[in-house]
Amino acid sequence: MAEKYIARSKAIAARMIGGEMMVMSAVDSTFFTLNEVASTIWQAADGRTPLSEIVTDKVCQEFEVERDRAQHAADRFVDELSQHGILLVSDQPLIDSSQESR
Amino acid sequence: MSLIAEMSQKALSLGLPISVHLDITYRCNERCVHCYLDHDDHGEMTTAEIINVLEQLADAGVFFLSISGGEVLMRRDFFEIVERARQLLFNVKVKTNGVMIREKEAARLRQLGVEQIQISVYSHRPEVHDAITKLPGSLKKTIRAIRFLKAQGLKVSIANVLMAGNFSDQAGVIALAKELGVQYTLDPTITPKMDGDRSILALRIPGSALKQVFNNAELVGNVEEFCAPPPAPDEDVMDGYPCSAGHTACYISPYGDVFPCVQFPLPSGNVRKQKFLDIWNHSTQLKEVRSIRARDLPTCSTCAHVGTCTRCPGLAYMEGSMRGPSTADCEKSFQRTGIPSANMLKRARTESAGPLIQIQLPTNSAQDGPFPVATGSPEALAGISVHA
Repeated sequence: MAEKYIARSKAIAARMIGGEMMVMSAVDSTFFTLNEVASTIWQAADGRTPLSEIVTDKVCQEFEVERDRAQHAADRFVDELSQHGILLVSDQPLIDSSQESR
Repeated sequence: MSLIAEMSQKALSLGLPISVHLDITYRCNERCVHCYLDHDDHGEMTTAEIINVLEQLADAGVFFLSISGGEVLMRRDFFEIVERARQLLFNVKVKTNGVMIREKEAARLRQLGVEQIQISVYSHRPEVHDAITKLPGSLKKTIRAIRFLKAQGLKVSIANVLMAGNFSDQAGVIALAKELGVQYTLDPTITPKMDGDRSILALRIPGSALKQVFNNAELVGNVEEFCAPPPAPDEDVMDGYPCSAGHTACYISPYGDVFPCVQFPLPSGNVRKQKFLDIWNHSTQLKEVRSIRARDLPTCSTCAHVGTCTRCPGLAYMEGSMRGPSTADCEKSFQRTGIPSANMLKRARTESAGPLIQIQLPTNSAQDGPFPVATGSPEALAGISVHA
């Protein structure tokens, strides 16, 4: 299965508030709140780190989740956000990432 | 509850500033008759200072950022500021008169991912709009800007401040907004100037015009519901606070001064002298604003409208006390429901009771001067009657 690289879209607003990431699409104003696990994936979405590595190094390490289960949940999360244009997904690294997630 | 309302509630419980209104300049190319600002530059923050403030705001948890003025495009570094704000992932709303926006500027705003552009339009007729802005040709340029922004797919809203001089053009502005495909918002509130000058309040629309606004289904939706008498306030209402000013929102001036809101000129600190979070967390002024609950308002807590009034604590502050009534909002509550506010009733009682102090001179002392001589004893003051 091809590796996935994920990057945050430029057309969003986002902020971490009380452990949850708030994300709003600048395109259609759709608003999302991400739980702690999803927020971790979001913050690691630098376009250079493969999703599988984010799952292994961040999600499994920080939340003590079984790897296959975490990967499955991460794939679903990435699919959903990419459908709204919030996350960009590619099988190649996505280089430009000038935003800062705080 | 919507996700945004949940987020605001969470910010409130955590004491976070989720929304900031940042004026980057008071300079303007228009001279609107109702404007509350002094348009001279008294030492605006530099680009570096503003970018530093933006970074502090992002670290503090601010999500919604309104960049306003004056006219924002009077600053040559406007796009540099917006670019940094977007890199920091703020939800950015820009308020402008649009006069300086052409194709290139509209494209740049789109590229930067600005959420919304709010543009002031006072009338659909140039002779009325331009007389308010005192800039000939301004309506034409503003409408041109709206078309450029819409062509870029940006969300645009028209802000229509209602005054006695443009009230009759309200329907024309609504039609213009429809034609342009943009949102329409109205604001019937003229506020005193920031230096306390209240002369521009004479421009306010009369109460009868407010009533017309509140009975316009196109503006308020269900008129019967909107104008319904207020329900009896419960404990939650009495423990509530009036608005987000100082609680989850604040205002920063071009000179770095921090206030609870743009309409609440209570100086609470300056980001040139202190870190933003130190001001937010430790300012005695902001703490005082946050401490006030509806039950602490001497007059408003006794008012039938206490739970539904749009009482602005900033306007109340400008009238003399942040715990007092805001008479403009008393008028709105009255015109909306037909029920006078506690403040209106109190004032009516005072006025009908005659002057506050009446002095009756002793018959044989008139030749000694106009005032009785008080010696400090209660008996010496017996000639003074006080009508509460």
